[in-house]
Amino acid sequence: MTHLQGIAASSGIAIAKAYRLEVPDLSYSKNKVDDPDKEIKRLHEALDVSKSELEKIKEHTKKSLGDEHAEIFSAHLLVLSDPELIQPMEDNIKSDNVNAEAALDETANMFIDMFKNMDNEYMKERAADIQDVTKRVLAHLLGAEFPDPALINEQVVIVAEDLTPSDTAQLNKEFVQGFTTDIGGRTSHSAIMARSLEIPAVVGTKDITKQAEKDVMIIVDGLGGNVIIDPTDEEIESYKQKRAEFEEKKQEWAKLKDESTVSSDGEHVELAANIGTPDDVAGVLENGGEGIGLYRTEFLYMGKNQLPTEEEQFDAYSSVLKQMGDKPVVVRTLDIGGDKELDYLDLPDEMNPFLGFRAIRLCLERDDIFRTQLRALLRAGVYGNLKIMFPMIATLEEFRQAKAILTEEKEKLINEGTDVADQFEVGIMVEIPATAVLAKQFAKEVDFFSIGTNDLIQYTMAADRMNERVSYLYQPYSPAILNLVSNVIEAAHAEGKWAGMCGEMAGDEIAIPILLGLGLDEFSMSASSILPARTQLLELSKEEMKSYKEELLSMGTSEDVVAFVKEKANLA
Amino acid sequence: MVEKSFKITSSDGVHARPATVLVQNAGKYESDINLHYKEKSVNLKSIMGIMSLGIPAGADVKISAEGDDEQEAIDHLAKTMENEGLGE
Repeated sequence: MTHLQGIAASSGIAIAKAYRLEVPDLSYSKNKVDDPDKEIKRLHEALDVSKSELEKIKEHTKKSLGDEHAEIFSAHLLVLSDPELIQPMEDNIKSDNVNAEAALDETANMFIDMFKNMDNEYMKERAADIQDVTKRVLAHLLGAEFPDPALINEQVVIVAEDLTPSDTAQLNKEFVQGFTTDIGGRTSHSAIMARSLEIPAVVGTKDITKQAEKDVMIIVDGLGGNVIIDPTDEEIESYKQKRAEFEEKKQEWAKLKDESTVSSDGEHVELAANIGTPDDVAGVLENGGEGIGLYRTEFLYMGKNQLPTEEEQFDAYSSVLKQMGDKPVVVRTLDIGGDKELDYLDLPDEMNPFLGFRAIRLCLERDDIFRTQLRALLRAGVYGNLKIMFPMIATLEEFRQAKAILTEEKEKLINEGTDVADQFEVGIMVEIPATAVLAKQFAKEVDFFSIGTNDLIQYTMAADRMNERVSYLYQPYSPAILNLVSNVIEAAHAEGKWAGMCGEMAGDEIAIPILLGLGLDEFSMSASSILPARTQLLELSKEEMKSYKEELLSMGTSEDVVAFVKEKANLA
Repeated sequence: MVEKSFKITSSDGVHARPATVLVQNAGKYESDINLHYKEKSVNLKSIMGIMSLGIPAGADVKISAEGDDEQEAIDHLAKTMENEGLGE
């Protein structure tokens, strides 16, 4: 057995065999063959297996992500049936007596080069399609498997270097018990998705892919951040015990599902959830969410080859709003750039993407994209309690500009005779230190603040949250962060506005007592964190936590803050 | 052999989705089916062939079919062009 320490990214315990999600070794040698007909038969067998796998992936994608995302696989399937591709492969085998691997690879490369050299982004993407599908066929010719989350049909723990957004979107909870990766942190995309799917996960283990072979038993301890490869029987027993205890605790939490969140001295705060797609809403309601504090709209734009239409967006937004009824739904407008790229926008590479052309900066320049989203939101707002939030606001001018565009689109829609949301709040995400410092001025113009701590911390500490070597600087409890957060909350309250938090910090058991004392009104977190947070908040006295505010804000280090809170809030 | 001409009305030209449906439907017939654009002609059962043409909005194209089921094929594909908002 081998023990690895990683970062606990999503709570729970998984015990199952490893499923390695990686591209297999596709190296082959070019050989002469004696029986070309047999090679052609091998080629067709590999094509057929690949096609049936793609059919499965397509069906699964349709179910998990919708028709539009599945379309790419229709195109992939057609490539594998394309006479203009298959015929030259057969000809090659027949005329040169080469093996199927070489015929496939060389013919495919000819087409890939042809498409790549076309002066057209769209055609270049087709080159990637051909590459994708031929890899799958090549793997089958070599007797290897080409894994895909959609093909999993037994209980496994996924082992991968990292998981892409489309991988995580494909995870089937029935089979995937948990996952573990080499890289990533608590706020990386895969971790956030794991929590929203409620799949136990440990990320950032550094070398799980080197240590865990296919089919070996693995324990993923998403509570402690441990991974055990090839555990002993005793370890399996002990973790089964822990898993049962955790399930019991979850049932205790579930009793609080329909309770409101009131501190021991009778003060109400709102516990909301962060979501990425309309499908996540069910989990929010099951976990007793009192609202949605952050609807990340990026997923509508990702994993596709063109911008989503106004109708597609309207469908998604109105679905979320309808499902939530009169509960508030804070929709964040497009936050793309940084670590989230869109190939089809063809944005130039940047040296410092997190400090570059992203989110509202991009939306104000490409206002065609922005206006389409705002129109969809305004129309969908009729169906529920909509609040619109602009991300990455650094200056008052940016907010004013964004709001002016919103007002323009609203008037246009009204003039066109379209029903639009009448009353709705417009706020900003506070994730840039400049905005947190200037909160007093902002509070006069915005309807609310939501503090995005993941970015606020990295910008305040000047530490890339993806860079493991500076991860010690990612300090949510730093007094520097607490002072900024406090400043934002005070500024909001002075103008009669509300302040929420939609970063990971809002669901953290050490941060919760501090934030309660600072007067935070809304805590938005992964759905699975809501009930534990409610359990904790019911026991805390707001008045007491408030009395520690000055002392906490004048502390010098994170360690001091943590030690103090642990003692005062009775945390182990 | 039967032929039919179309003008591409879709503002995106012959784009991914409609191209996929055209090829899928062409594949249902035994006849040889070709798409002609400018001086080029490609096998309409080949997705890569169609896409390599990069047909823009406003283009004049022609579909030809030759074989036992040529008439059914051309009627079906004409309907496909229309349903997919490609052209008339």
